[in-house]
Amino acid sequence: MFGPSEMEINLGPQHPSTHGVLRLKLKLDGERIVHTDPVIGYLHRGCEKLGEDRTYPQAMVYTDRMDYVAAFCENLVYVETVEKLLGVDVPARAQYMRVVLAELQRIASHLLWLATHALDIGAMSVFLYCFREREQILDLFEAFCGARLTLSAARIGGMYQEFPEGWAAEVHRFCDVFPSRLEEYHQLLTSNRIWLERTQGVGVIDGPTALDYGVTGPCLRGSGVDYDVRKAMPYAAYRELEFDVPLGRQGDTYDRYLVRMEEMRQSRRLALQALQRMPDGPIMAKVPKRIRPPKGEAYHVNEGPRGELGVYLISDGTETAYRCRFRSPCFTNLQALPEMARGHLVADIIALIGTLDVVLGCVDR
Amino acid sequence: MGVIEDRFHPNVLVTTVDRVFNWARKSALWPMTFGLACCAIEMMAAGASRFDMDRFGAGIFRPSPRQSDLMIVSGSVTEKMAPIIRTLYDQMPDPKWVISMGICSTAGGPFPTYSHVQGVDKVVPVDVYVPGCPPRPEALLYGLLVLQDKIDRMTIAKRTA
Amino acid sequence: MDDDAQVRENAGQSAPPLSRVAARLREEQPSALIEVVDGEVPAVRVRPECIERVCRFLKDDPDCRFDHLSNLCGVDMIALSRPSPRFDVVYHLYALSSGGRITLKAAVDDGAEIPTVSTVWRTANWHEREAYDMFGIRFAGHPDLRRILMDEGFDAFPLRKDFPLEGRAKDHGNWRKPEDETAGGGR
Repeated sequence: MFGPSEMEINLGPQHPSTHGVLRLKLKLDGERIVHTDPVIGYLHRGCEKLGEDRTYPQAMVYTDRMDYVAAFCENLVYVETVEKLLGVDVPARAQYMRVVLAELQRIASHLLWLATHALDIGAMSVFLYCFREREQILDLFEAFCGARLTLSAARIGGMYQEFPEGWAAEVHRFCDVFPSRLEEYHQLLTSNRIWLERTQGVGVIDGPTALDYGVTGPCLRGSGVDYDVRKAMPYAAYRELEFDVPLGRQGDTYDRYLVRMEEMRQSRRLALQALQRMPDGPIMAKVPKRIRPPKGEAYHVNEGPRGELGVYLISDGTETAYRCRFRSPCFTNLQALPEMARGHLVADIIALIGTLDVVLGCVDR
Repeated sequence: MGVIEDRFHPNVLVTTVDRVFNWARKSALWPMTFGLACCAIEMMAAGASRFDMDRFGAGIFRPSPRQSDLMIVSGSVTEKMAPIIRTLYDQMPDPKWVISMGICSTAGGPFPTYSHVQGVDKVVPVDVYVPGCPPRPEALLYGLLVLQDKIDRMTIAKRTA
Repeated sequence: MDDDAQVRENAGQSAPPLSRVAARLREEQPSALIEVVDGEVPAVRVRPECIERVCRFLKDDPDCRFDHLSNLCGVDMIALSRPSPRFDVVYHLYALSSGGRITLKAAVDDGAEIPTVSTVWRTANWHEREAYDMFGIRFAGHPDLRRILMDEGFDAFPLRKDFPLEGRAKDHGNWRKPEDETAGGGR
């Protein structure tokens, strides 16, 4: 039963700050949150069942639409899992191309995160600034594969075409300008008193608890746990590239913000390195026209901007998968929200949804 | 506008009033923040500075359905979400319009599944359908212009049967 | 590509050799194991009633320390010619300190129960709710076993092989009202 100042209110699923259709049932004591119950499933489209009904190449379009902000990373983990099932070795040049695209996608995703997170907390101009950079990256994607958002740019066995003429020069042009833009965001936010008040000490979660909740990605690294799939289980060309993995200390919203800002800088470094070190050679391995992997199963993970993206495929020897399971980082990260929100004010929930970087397509599949 | 609608036969005065009303309505469409899925990202891009929906008067996204007159259904509509969309539509005051952005809300998109509504017009009446997966921000702006043309054809006079 | 050798290199310390984890399991929990397949990532089939015990051992044992439950999902085995027990629950574990990985599988029949592992890793809570929602697999001891993706009142289990992709006719509703024709913007 409710005490004299307790009440239960509903946040979402239509709400400007829920980043999609997330519903939270908040139990409040005055303005303090006692308990949060996330209700999800408002965007459940049945992608896992569709994966069982479509052929392997066809199912890739669904991977775009799950984590739609980081479409290429989701494409990549799917094609790599199929390649594992097939036992195919992807040519080195294609691996490097994948790194370039994945890191550009990571920057684009973090820019969107910053834009919406800042917008929710009240810093509206940051939204417009971040979208300015994001548009440049989306132009690059469009020049490569014709799509801005839902890329489907990877193929089983490699990449389907070379970077267009002048594309690498455009990437360099973007990377030349980007550090000064990052500086701009830092100037706007990092020592801004309002930003510090709204993010420091909000949503503190310590490393072991976060790991126990299955939190991965910048949310885990913000609590000081050094787990980045690109370093732990390297895929694509990450084994040969140098980069740092930023770690936080307190595990609060401010630390997660700093971790993601630094990750953008590291992604730029990785993209430039990959472009520079890309070897010549073929970009597509020899794969049959009809992908019919032998009976077996494979589970492969990679580091998406939100955390550990995983795909588990069971093949029964036919052209369609028997079981197609997508391990979603946002689904597991969201589970930690009640833990992080306890004792905070209602306004802090908005900051927390932003800091967890929830994308409902990924949560609900 | 209930009291003056549908009362007068079409005449010169009514036509002029029509033009003024329609011009006012189409130039200040206030959309509701209703991003569902991937199309929402392109809707945000349409509202940002490169494509700028605000130059058409439609840049103010209202969080509350009570204050908005345009619902841009951007993204997949699921069976779980459908009654909520209906409630939101019912809460919007007249006159109200709906743009269905993207093929998920137009016709179910690439998701012919157990949980996906095959077109938001099974939930609310739609005025303009913008195809694409996701449609480019320019496509959404074009859809907005088509809606403005549709609003131009409205009249407060009695409609001939 | 020797994944685990690279992983050991990265970890900077010696990861338990693949068969050592399996050997530890055989040593400590012999009655719980049905089958151990050693390989790049060992795959162990566990007796369903022992799954919680095995998981707790794998998490707490200083030689194993599988502190990250990466994935927990159900699989409907009926179309792979295994109508009974119908479901497999698959667990993918990862040890941060050593880089070791292991896959556990436990079979559970339709209507039967399998112990929850949400007491071992809290992340299992939502994964098990999803397995229940999609397959109808019941987890004994789960603190809050209710549907998570589908509506609370949904009466079927969508990822089962006998549930149609398009759903049944009653799964799709219609919310249009008669006043829609004249309401709105004078359409």
